[in-house]
Amino acid sequence: MIISPRHSKILFIMVLLSISILIAGNVFASADPSAAQEVVSASTAESQHAWWFWPLVLFILSFVLGIFAVLAGVGGGVLYVPIVSGFLPFHLDFVRGAGLIVALTGALAAGPGLLKKAMADLRLAIPVALIASTCAIVGAMIGLALPTNVVQTMLGGTILGIVVIMMKAKKSEYPDVQKSDALSQSLSIMGVYHEPTLGKDINWKIHRTPTGLVLFVFIGIMAGMFGLGAGWANVPVLNLVMGAPIKISVATSKFLLSITDTSAAWIYLNNGAVLPLMVVPSVVGIMLGSFIGVKVLAVTKPALIRIIVIVVLGVAGLKALQKGLWPDLI
Amino acid sequence: MAAKATEEQLLYANILNKGMLIGLLVLIITFIIYALGILAPRIPLGEVQNYWVMSVKDYLNASGMHAGWAWIGNLRYGDMLTFIPIAFLSGLTILCYAAILPGLIRKKDTAYVVIAILEIIVLTFAASGILGTGGH
Repeated sequence: MIISPRHSKILFIMVLLSISILIAGNVFASADPSAAQEVVSASTAESQHAWWFWPLVLFILSFVLGIFAVLAGVGGGVLYVPIVSGFLPFHLDFVRGAGLIVALTGALAAGPGLLKKAMADLRLAIPVALIASTCAIVGAMIGLALPTNVVQTMLGGTILGIVVIMMKAKKSEYPDVQKSDALSQSLSIMGVYHEPTLGKDINWKIHRTPTGLVLFVFIGIMAGMFGLGAGWANVPVLNLVMGAPIKISVATSKFLLSITDTSAAWIYLNNGAVLPLMVVPSVVGIMLGSFIGVKVLAVTKPALIRIIVIVVLGVAGLKALQKGLWPDLI
Repeated sequence: MAAKATEEQLLYANILNKGMLIGLLVLIITFIIYALGILAPRIPLGEVQNYWVMSVKDYLNASGMHAGWAWIGNLRYGDMLTFIPIAFLSGLTILCYAAILPGLIRKKDTAYVVIAILEIIVLTFAASGILGTGGH
């Protein structure tokens, strides 16, 4: 892999920035949520920062995550929840609430363009969304009912699983779907999109729809339980299981999050797990970061960024496991 | 068949686009009102950091805040005002589904009419707070 000096410099800055944020998070984190009551009763001046300190840290971190998310081709939510809950002093309940709103607004912002270009397909998304959004409600309720250490441990396991998926998952540009199944035929799930790299329109159809829908039961539950956007799971199921072309899968997955995360977000909102002082800096930060990420994409090596993100996610997954299983260790 | 978005898809996209822009704009405006103290918050800004380290249940107990739609009755506070755009953005999908429903009915697309109605019910149910408020 050849990297020009200019690219090296950008990569070096990014790695440095991410490492410094992670270290800063560790140093600053007052960290033990179980000591929450003590924190309130002993809210002494030395343990307190100015009110804007943590929102500013969240904004900067979300901005960086927004850039990385675009470069690595992952959703913001999947980076936000493990990293913020692992390295900053916010309780997992509020991080999941904020993570869902972050993933939701990202999907809402991307949705219109993807739908208009016929990249995201409404007929494919609507049946899948019904399953995923219903199960996301169940997942959110389970997530808010389980003890924090259990959710934290499961989150750690899930994040490490995502790391494996990111390292191993294959993709198929144009899956070979010989014959669409009866269910997708009866729902008329098929379409055409324009592929500029080939300069032609691509016809597509899907198969194994019932299997795909069953898998979305689990995806919905996990999205709601952990407050993660579920693009990392949506795309392989739509592409490799159901046979939608990779571009249709990625775009439909992104749009799908706007529906799945809506239902889970309401559960967190109605349970009081959404704090505006966390949500707004995160949403604005990640959106600005995504905007910059698109610009930076042109001058960086996405493959290398993807490796960095996998490493950071791996560390965040291990941190979540440690917080869940051995909270007093660090 | 040409690479072109369907009528419903374009309608959905247009509503989503406008709604997202309005929601984001109001989110930023209400947050400025909150952060600058133009409207006093229900929880003083300096005290929020005492609560976000707690579980949501402990936070509700310690702060005396009520979950669910209780914020509607407290819109005179800056922090509660910020829930207007958050709820709006969370409800935008319901609006989009409701908008495409007449077109699907007109086309006698029965399966999608049923699925869309079910989705509206599911999302409205989630938004209603019937499924429980107050954390674990």
